[in-house]
Amino acid sequence: MTFLQGIAASNGIAIAKAYRLVEPNLSFEKHTVEDITSEVNRFKTAIEKSKVELEAIRDSAKIELGADKAAIFEAHLLVLTDPELNGPIVDKIQSEKVNAEAALKETADMFVSMFEQMDNEYMKERAADIRDVTKRILSHLLGVQLVNPSMIAEEVIIVAEDLTPSDTAQLNRQYVLGFTTDIGGRTSHSAIMARSMEIPAVVGTKTATEEITNGDLVIVDGLKGEVHINPTPELVEEYRNIHQQFEAQKSEWAKLVNEKTLSADDHHVELAANIGTPNDLKGVIENGGEGVGLYRTEFLYMGRDQLPTEEEQFEAYKAVLEGMKDKPVVVRTLDIGGDKELPYLQLPKELNPFLGFRAIRLCLEEQDIFRTQLRALLRASIYGNLKIMFPMIATLDEFREAKAILEDEKQKLNASGQKVSDSIELGIMVEIPSTAVLADQFAKEVDFFSIGTNDLIQYTMAADRMNQRVSYLYQPYSPSILRLVKMVIDAAHAEGKWAGMCGEMAGDETAIPLLLGLGLDEFSMSATSILKARSQIKKLNKVEMENLAKQVLNMQTTAQVIEAVNAATK
Amino acid sequence: MAEKQFKVTADTGIHARPATLLVQTASRFDSEINLEYKGKKVNLKSIMGVMSLGIGQGADISISAEGSDSEEAIRSLDELLKKEGLAE
Repeated sequence: MTFLQGIAASNGIAIAKAYRLVEPNLSFEKHTVEDITSEVNRFKTAIEKSKVELEAIRDSAKIELGADKAAIFEAHLLVLTDPELNGPIVDKIQSEKVNAEAALKETADMFVSMFEQMDNEYMKERAADIRDVTKRILSHLLGVQLVNPSMIAEEVIIVAEDLTPSDTAQLNRQYVLGFTTDIGGRTSHSAIMARSMEIPAVVGTKTATEEITNGDLVIVDGLKGEVHINPTPELVEEYRNIHQQFEAQKSEWAKLVNEKTLSADDHHVELAANIGTPNDLKGVIENGGEGVGLYRTEFLYMGRDQLPTEEEQFEAYKAVLEGMKDKPVVVRTLDIGGDKELPYLQLPKELNPFLGFRAIRLCLEEQDIFRTQLRALLRASIYGNLKIMFPMIATLDEFREAKAILEDEKQKLNASGQKVSDSIELGIMVEIPSTAVLADQFAKEVDFFSIGTNDLIQYTMAADRMNQRVSYLYQPYSPSILRLVKMVIDAAHAEGKWAGMCGEMAGDETAIPLLLGLGLDEFSMSATSILKARSQIKKLNKVEMENLAKQVLNMQTTAQVIEAVNAATK
Repeated sequence: MAEKQFKVTADTGIHARPATLLVQTASRFDSEINLEYKGKKVNLKSIMGVMSLGIGQGADISISAEGSDSEEAIRSLDELLKKEGLAE
């Protein structure tokens, strides 16, 4: 048995067989062949096998994901049997006496570059289809197995280098009990996804894909961040017990679902949830969320080949607002750029994407995109308690400009007889140090702040959160970060406004006592963290935590802060 | 040899789903079937050929078939284009 230490990304214990979501090696040598007939037959057999495989994938995708998602495989099947692709490949094998792999690759590459050069987005996407199909035929020529996550039909633990949104979209939640990846941290996409799927995950193991082979029995310990490969029966037994205890604790927390979040001395704070799509609402309600503190709208824009229409957006926003009844829903306008790309926008590559053209900077420039989203939001506003916030605001001018655009769209809608709510609160994300420092001035014009700690920490520490080598600088409890948080909360309160937090820190066991003491009004976190946080806050005394916060603000290091919190909350 | 002209009415033109349907239908026949647009002729059984034409709304296209079942092929394609509201 082997043991790997990673980062605990999502709570819980999972025990199952490993399923490696790793691309096989598809490299080959180009060489001449003597027996042309059998080479052509080898190619035709590979096409046949690919066809059988794709039809099976299409059929299961139809059942599991719907006809919409299965359409892509329908297109793949047509490319696979396309006479204009296969004809030239057979010709090439015959005339140049080359192996099928080389004939396939060279012919397909020609088509790929032809489609990539077209000035139509849709056509460019088709280049990806040809690449996918080529890979599949190649895998059959080489006798290796491609991964087909949509074909998983038994309980598994996914082992991957990293998981992208499109990987996770293909996973059948019924069978995926947990996952572990080589790279990533608590705030990487894969980790956030695991928490919203409510499955245990350990990320950043560095070597999971090297150490684990298909079919290995694997334990994913999402509580401690450990992965055990082919464990002893004793260890499996031990983990079954831990799993049961964890489930028991969860049902204990579940009793708090309908309770208000009150500290031991009866101070109320709001515990809200971060969501990405209307599908996440179920989790919010089941976990007793008092609102949605962050609706990440960029998922509406991802995993597709064009911008979502106003109507599509309107439907999504309306669904979330209605689903939450009259509870507050804070919607963040499009935050794209940085680590989140939209291929169809064709934005130029940047050297420092996190410091570049992203979020509100992009929206103020590409106003059509921004205005479409704002119109959809304004139209949806009458269906619930909508609050809008702008991401990555660095200056008051940016906020004023964004607000003016919103007002403009509101007036236009009113003029056309469209009803719009009059009580939409308008706030900003505080994730850039300049804004935290100037929070007292911002507070005069915004209705609320929501502190985005993942970015605030990375910008304050000047440490790229995707870079493992500087990950030690991700220090949420650093007195420097806590001072910035305090400035923002105090600034809001001085103007009678409220301050929330929607970064990972808001659901963190060590941070919660400090944030309560600093006077944070709203804590927004993964839905699965809410009940645990509520149970923790019930035991904390607000006045004591205020004293604790005062102390730690004058400390020197993160270690001292952690020690003080542990001592005060023991 | 059978041949018929159409005017594309679908607002997205002939790609994505329409192209898939056309190619799937054409592939059911033995005849050689071609699609012509702006003087460029492609095999209608080739999805990549059809899409490479980039046919948009309002385009004048011509479909021709040569072979034992050419009449039937043109009739089926004509039906499909009209039923799906792609062309007239």
